[in-house]
Amino acid sequence: MTNDIDSSLEPPAPKPPTVVHDHWIGLRSLTPSRIALGRAGHAVPTRELLRADAAHARARAAVHAPLEVASLRAELEAVPGLAPPLEVRSAASTRDHYLLRPDLGRRLSAESRQQLRDVSSAPAACDLLLVIGDGLSTSAVQRHAVAVVTAITAARPANWSLGPPVIATEARVALGDEIGKLLRGQLVAMLIGERPGLSCQESLGIYLTWQPQPGRTDAERNCLSNIHPGGLSPSDAASRLWWLATEARRLATTGVALKDRSSSFALANASTERITPPTAQ
Amino acid sequence: MSYQHTLDGRVWHFDNLATLLAKASPYRSGDVLAGVAAESPVERTAAKMALAEVSLSRFLAEPVVPAELDEVTRLILDSHDAKAFQPVAHLTVGDFRDWLLGELADEATLTAIGAGLTPEMAAAVSKLMRNQDLISVARKCRVVTRFRNTIGLPGTLAMRLQPNHPADDLGGILAGVLDGLMYGCGDAVIGVNPVSDDMTTLATLLRGLDEVIDRFEIPTQSCVLAHVTSQLEAIEAGLPVDLVFQSIGGTEATNQSFGITLSLLREAREAAMALGRGTIGSNVMYFETGQGSALSADAHHGVDQQTLEARAYGVARAFDPLICNTVVGFIGPEYLHNGKQIIRAGLEDHFCGKLLGLPIGCDACYTNHAEADADDMDTLMTLLAAAGVTFLIGVPGADDVMLGYQSLSFHDALYLREVFGLRRAPEFEAWLATMELADERGRLLPVSPRHPLLTLQG
Repeated sequence: MTNDIDSSLEPPAPKPPTVVHDHWIGLRSLTPSRIALGRAGHAVPTRELLRADAAHARARAAVHAPLEVASLRAELEAVPGLAPPLEVRSAASTRDHYLLRPDLGRRLSAESRQQLRDVSSAPAACDLLLVIGDGLSTSAVQRHAVAVVTAITAARPANWSLGPPVIATEARVALGDEIGKLLRGQLVAMLIGERPGLSCQESLGIYLTWQPQPGRTDAERNCLSNIHPGGLSPSDAASRLWWLATEARRLATTGVALKDRSSSFALANASTERITPPTAQ
Repeated sequence: MSYQHTLDGRVWHFDNLATLLAKASPYRSGDVLAGVAAESPVERTAAKMALAEVSLSRFLAEPVVPAELDEVTRLILDSHDAKAFQPVAHLTVGDFRDWLLGELADEATLTAIGAGLTPEMAAAVSKLMRNQDLISVARKCRVVTRFRNTIGLPGTLAMRLQPNHPADDLGGILAGVLDGLMYGCGDAVIGVNPVSDDMTTLATLLRGLDEVIDRFEIPTQSCVLAHVTSQLEAIEAGLPVDLVFQSIGGTEATNQSFGITLSLLREAREAAMALGRGTIGSNVMYFETGQGSALSADAHHGVDQQTLEARAYGVARAFDPLICNTVVGFIGPEYLHNGKQIIRAGLEDHFCGKLLGLPIGCDACYTNHAEADADDMDTLMTLLAAAGVTFLIGVPGADDVMLGYQSLSFHDALYLREVFGLRRAPEFEAWLATMELADERGRLLPVSPRHPLLTLQG
């Protein structure tokens, strides 16, 4: 291919860059969104593609990794001022079963129900019962639940009694209703792993329900969400929970009738205008 | 009435039309959860065979949800156009599938019969169709709508730019808007899902989006997807509302769970029309739907989730929306378990919407607790583009940091344009060329660091 000798004398044409970078990358300080990724042809460049893959893998792990109950139990036993924890599981027998049958995640297994019936003949009724449920992010529970329980226990007002903390696996929010009724809690607070996103896989939510019993609806609960290092801190979550609990006792209710004015922090209604109820728990 | 079919020596009975439709539905977790799915593949096939023999006119005589209980049923029956129905009135569901696939059913004919079809007829025939049937028939349908640009023209694909932010921060949202515009997205709508429904937030977002559209003279429309009552309040407060959004479902009780009635939607549409903000058209509504919403609201009346989804389109088309999309993988694995189910549902929803005359798009998406991934979304968007989908949703890097799920990215739109030769809404594409963001064929151009759009933040 030497038919054009002159061409070898000209400087080579500049090659187009393999990856086109975006000038507005500085705007990333304004949003956690994946903006200014650049492109390889029409596609996301390899580096960003793999970064997203890693985030998805972490989110999948958050959903599917089993809760390490023994270590959670040991940590809860070390929290000052708290009775030894109980352990229960829902009627969903496996994680896949749990994901496909939310109704089973809202009921205790027969064994756990009997266990709580046996226990409930012993301890007195309590003002607030804490249930720690794995929900849709076991990582959130594993990483943050003890800190939140510790903060709640430390901030307990003098005229409030706490029941024994309950660790619940394959749990949906409403599982707290049956547990709360069996253990005679005036209020139940379900601390539960929230549905993980790509950018945050470890967010914890707290659902507070007055006079828990099976059949309570989401409209009868108050919710604190977004509890993780980049969101609501354990101590803020604890103080807001006690504010809600005190109001719940005063009004003898939770839910839509109890407006959360404890701070301007947004409640967990992010997806109310989408096609599902916000909790989907 | 009851239905039956004999298959392999066994007689299968189906108590009523709703049961028959449910048993004939392709397997999906939501119908199993609702307890309406076929017990076995053989029962499913028998139901499909029985359904194939049901006359289309039977659907007018036997509503799947009783009219006295449900205003959506009444809307469907009251708005049925018997004259438009005439050409297919004599067909069974099975023959209707053959007819739809045949040459007689061209674009003009399909447009003409749309008002004569009920959502249940569309759902029924979709249950007998393979994925390729859903694609090839939908591709023949044409629905064109206008507000500040023209959506749905042949050979085009529009994109909703979805720049959500976890704290509704306007600066963060505008960073997302800039990113999307630079990638040539935003012709369907620039639509933000707010975290908070309060009026201060709404005012900030509506004004912020309006200023960008106005300042750069972008031929598109904005929407803040708050509850319809909040948007009505915003209109009354004199805020710049282009499209009015609402999530809708296929039964009155589902809509109640969303806090809406048909008369509230009528009121909202009239209020938005009265503003006269559309420059070339007056399609002012934007709807989202999704299989499973009725079951999740305990409002399904024993009807399968896909038939109820089609009924939501019956609601949507009564309000002449600019756009409507199914949020197909958002609801979770208890309704659509995996990539296969999400892909099938996306194609069904698009087919039913188009057949009913709706400018339907799709939020091709999945959650992290579903058995799906980005490869499934590649498959779904490619199939939807082949089916002529009106629009898709783009989020920076496909990661919605507010709603916590994955949709498509702006890059994905570029892929579909390249592979299928799809253009944007013509007014929007002309704007991109004027702004030197794309060439005359719609391909992205290198952007100068001093491009005026980069001052959008300043």
